[in-house]
Amino acid sequence: MPATDTHNPSEAQPVNTAILRLTVNNHPGVMLQICGLFVRRNFNLEGIFCSAVDQGVTSCIWLKVDETDKLDQVIKQLTKLEDVLAIEERPDARPGVSEMEAMMARIG
Amino acid sequence: MHTLNGAQIIIRQLEQLGVDTIAGIPGGANLPLYDALAASTTIRHVLARHEQGAGFIAQGIARTTGKPAVCFATSGPGATNVLTALADAYLDSVPLVCITGQTPRALIGTDAFQEVDTYGMSMPITKHNYLVRSAADLLTIVPKAFQLAGSGRPGPVLIDVPKDVQTEMVSFESWPEPLAAGVERSPASDGAQAITAAAAMINAAARPMLYLGGGVIHAGAASVARKLAEQGEIPTVVTLMGLGILPSEHPLSLGMLGMHAPRATNLAMEECDLLIAAGVRFDDRATGRISAFCPGAKVIHVDIDASEIGKLRSVDAGIAGDARAAFIALLPHIEKRPRPEWRRRIRQLQQDHPRFHPDDFAPGRPFHLIRQVAELAGPEAYISTDVGKHQMWVAQAYPLTRPRQLLTSGGLGTMGFGLPAAIGAALAHPDKPVVCFTGDGSLQMNIQELATAVEQQAQVKIVVLNNQSLGLVRQQQRLFYERKYFASSYRIKVDFAAIARGFGLQAFDLDGADNPDALLTGAMQTPGPCLINVPIDIEEEVTPMVPPGAANTTMIGGSHARN
Ligand SMILES: Cc1cc2nc3c(=O)[nH]c(=O)nc-3n(C[C@H](O)[C@H](O)[C@H](O)COP(=O)(O)OP(=O)(O)OC[C@H]3O[C@@H](n4cnc5c(N)ncnc54)[C@H](O)[C@@H]3O)c2cc1C
Ligand SMILES: Cc1ncc(C[n+]2csc(CCOP(=O)(O)OP(=O)(O)O)c2C)c(N)n1
Repeated sequence: MPATDTHNPSEAQPVNTAILRLTVNNHPGVMLQICGLFVRRNFNLEGIFCSAVDQGVTSCIWLKVDETDKLDQVIKQLTKLEDVLAIEERPDARPGVSEMEAMMARIG
Repeated sequence: MHTLNGAQIIIRQLEQLGVDTIAGIPGGANLPLYDALAASTTIRHVLARHEQGAGFIAQGIARTTGKPAVCFATSGPGATNVLTALADAYLDSVPLVCITGQTPRALIGTDAFQEVDTYGMSMPITKHNYLVRSAADLLTIVPKAFQLAGSGRPGPVLIDVPKDVQTEMVSFESWPEPLAAGVERSPASDGAQAITAAAAMINAAARPMLYLGGGVIHAGAASVARKLAEQGEIPTVVTLMGLGILPSEHPLSLGMLGMHAPRATNLAMEECDLLIAAGVRFDDRATGRISAFCPGAKVIHVDIDASEIGKLRSVDAGIAGDARAAFIALLPHIEKRPRPEWRRRIRQLQQDHPRFHPDDFAPGRPFHLIRQVAELAGPEAYISTDVGKHQMWVAQAYPLTRPRQLLTSGGLGTMGFGLPAAIGAALAHPDKPVVCFTGDGSLQMNIQELATAVEQQAQVKIVVLNNQSLGLVRQQQRLFYERKYFASSYRIKVDFAAIARGFGLQAFDLDGADNPDALLTGAMQTPGPCLINVPIDIEEEVTPMVPPGAANTTMIGGSHARN
């Protein structure tokens, strides 16, 4: 994820992004499906973090989406993907996502 | 206990799913599949001459039956050739299952012979796709692919099968249970509430308008839609994909809306106070500039794909579900209500802006030809078109009376669609006449399928409206590029009748014929596939026309136009 200008996760920022957590079938094409959807539907994706869970049967993908006005469309289009098993909007995870961003910036 | 290889598993499952026809072309990477297919006694293989043709033949079957149809292609160029037909099916929501051969697993990613990333390339133009990694997976993938293609919003599904997966042996106890097919009929959870709200809006409306499209046909909802229109006395427009839902002579029918609609239709839309949209996706050819579309209207939108609701136009009531189920739920709540003022207003618009002018039907002109063919083909005929002026003339003037009667490429607008789609329709309905209206430009995109038509003895009558040009492009250059005609007409005259004869068709040429009417009648009555070349004046135009990007009330042209 790209670094943001604040490294303090607790500091309040204007919220024009949404945090989504997807559960997807874990196979080599699934990231392409998600990223491809964002490109061809002209949605902005600010950050993506993916990791296998459930002994590798599914993956969990965190998305930071820069489309608060189109969020409804983003979610509906993601829902249509056969490999997307669940979508949650997770504003509560924003501090965690910011921490992850900060960590990425530190790693360099 | 069964022991079969991957290819045999595919073919056996296709048989179990009731597939009786597959169009395709073999090659190195799908030969095991063809070997298994050769052993099938219930599936007929139709050898196309180009994989795009195979894809459109499958579309012809799927569009007329409503059930998923199958096409095969080999890896590499076979797969790239079929992509256009998949994209076309994707945009028009046509159920297809395309099975491609792929390089053996161990070679994937090495730029092996005829290797392309079929999975990656087909992803954005399919409803779903698979790269099969083991033969055992085919047991679940094949039935799932069929279910996905045919259920909900229909669409194409691609299964890419590496050659060594086709030959891999698998032992298994029993075949999987068949999956439920067809449209999910269950309305959304908030359905009842949305239905009540929608019904109240319809009952309260003074100037409601039904706007129906391809989804109503997919839902098998044409007759309930008609009931709804009649019960509420609601004037009805259809999209290009909805033609046939309501016969054009029905008193409530206003025909097609949009870019090439009758003036009165687009003007009436402008005045409606409630738009009841069902199985439509507010495509720009239908709506014109969306911000100016039905500006004073509240909107009810019924669509099985929830992402369509509010995608382009915000709605006052959204019903995410099957159109037939929604109409059936709505009907008991719709008051029987005459709307004399609204009907009078529309009649006035139609009198002020008549749809046709008697001159339009003079001998030698496109509408005259189309009506003559309709007369000769009869009401049972299936009609396919290619893309261009001839397509729009058919949409405007052919007396379409039933859903699935018209096969036309709406969303992708693919020249080359008409002939193979007509062949597919003829294969699926050998007892029905099939007419393909094409242009001299479009026909040259898949002209090789004339051979397939002859080989299969498909009952198709190919009517070429020959204006020796890319007519619709030329018309745009006339209207929007100061008549700077460039690359839009052909410098050579092609003898299509001679070419058709070369392929083994019967052919007729109305060019210079002493008695063109008699020749046409004879040609239409000739058994077997035949081609009829009809000269059309290059200056014949499609009118009216809404300039791309303009509001639907901005209409250019028409001999009887008032502005
Ligand atoms: C040269 C050219 C000119 C054209 N001019 C015009 C024109 O003047 N006017 C015009 O209208 N079109 C025109 N078109 C066609 C246009 O491009 C679109 O293809 C068409 O308008 C889309 O039709 P539709 O809205 O019915 O949607 P379709 O593409 O048919 O989509 C069907 C919709 O129904 C939904 N659906 C599917 N199944 C169900 C179900 N069971 N229940 C409920 N909903 C369901 C789908 O989710 C989708 O939203 C033209 C095309 C070409 C090539
Ligand atoms: C494959 C493809 N290429 C290009 C176009 C752009 N195009 C739209 S209509 C048209 C002309 C069609 O000519 P013809 O088939 O002769 O029909 P006409 O308009 O003359 O009736 C062209 C080139 C297209 N729709 N499809």
